[in-house]
Amino acid sequence: MEWLMYILLGFLVICAIAVSFSKNPLNSLLIFMSYSLVMSMVWIFLESPDLAITEAAVGAGVTSVLFFVTLKKIHAIDEKREGKKDE
Amino acid sequence: MSKLRDEESYKKTKAYSFFRWYRGEKDPFLGEVEMQAGHPYKDKRTAEELMQEKEAIMDRVYDIGHNKEIKFFKTVYGIISVIFCLALTFVLLLMVSYSPKTGNPGNPNENEVPVRYIENGLQETGAVNIVTGMILDYRAFDTLGESHVLFIATITVFILLRIDKDEKGKEKDREEANDRNYEPKNDAILQVIAVIIVPLIIIFGIYVILNGHLSPGGGFSGGAIIGAGLILYLNAFGFAKTERFFTEKTYKIICFCSLSFYCLAKSYSFFTGANHLESGIPLGTPGAILSSGLILPLNICVGLVVACTMYAFYALFRKGGF
Repeated sequence: MEWLMYILLGFLVICAIAVSFSKNPLNSLLIFMSYSLVMSMVWIFLESPDLAITEAAVGAGVTSVLFFVTLKKIHAIDEKREGKKDE
Repeated sequence: MSKLRDEESYKKTKAYSFFRWYRGEKDPFLGEVEMQAGHPYKDKRTAEELMQEKEAIMDRVYDIGHNKEIKFFKTVYGIISVIFCLALTFVLLLMVSYSPKTGNPGNPNENEVPVRYIENGLQETGAVNIVTGMILDYRAFDTLGESHVLFIATITVFILLRIDKDEKGKEKDREEANDRNYEPKNDAILQVIAVIIVPLIIIFGIYVILNGHLSPGGGFSGGAIIGAGLILYLNAFGFAKTERFFTEKTYKIICFCSLSFYCLAKSYSFFTGANHLESGIPLGTPGAILSSGLILPLNICVGLVVACTMYAFYALFRKGGF
């Protein structure tokens, strides 16, 4: 299972870099969610299922939902905006 | 000995004005500060012209081709930030390289504390799951602080995001109507899925909380799962349905009861200098659900606080109140 762990850790690094380089906040948020999900898998491999449950519920669930609501409130993911003027 | 003043002289005292200010009867700025009603916006130009003007101003200010200072500043700023990040990464990696290898028997964390936890944890706390035994028995006072941190976080969000009910809920109604614009109201797929999945999520959360001392999980994880289930239910059916069972009052009562029970159960550590007292509750058979003394009720308390906090965060972010 060593190689699977290395794949997951590499994925974590790629996610962490991609979050900061993504232009669209929605994309960053989705990458952040997948980061938390992979992190919870890593916790299981490190034999701490307590943390894995918490990470999946808080990191991938509640935190991301709060980010979604905030982005919606500041009109960062408004689909009805005409065209893409800002980019 | 107290002297009964008549109302006129009482009104002149500082205490009267202080309490009037405290109760919000008097606006300290009213009549003291010069105020003007804002006049309506008279600029006749269209939005497009305004945008163009703004862009022209921005171009003039940040004209990199001609303004040497900004060009210089931008280059130096970029270089310095990259150097700073690399230096920070280097320092952190250096620290990691100095730390001993994980699992080495000579490590400094291999002292008598974890040995005591692992060897005597089951006898002393009665919890099969050593992690829960640690955080809710040996280190219960720390967990008390953690749950209060959550409560304080909710209060802070409440202060920052609350919408005042000044104009008899007008503002709130407007905000709620505004909120509905983004929401696909009564989305059929979401509702059918929520009907199936929300009870399962909440039952799983309750299972995780109640089995905190037997299996992985505990108050915090279970509470977060229940909170996520409540948020899903709220998204599918709207605030009108959730307010039947969860309002601000419910939040206050649940949080107050849980935190004060936790306080009563564990805050003696503060006075005994972090020493343990016998609770007198029998530990029971390890592995049974009614065992390990105070851990089960404390788990339930933490779970309730966390679930309410998660839901309150979401409700406050959504419409500034619940």
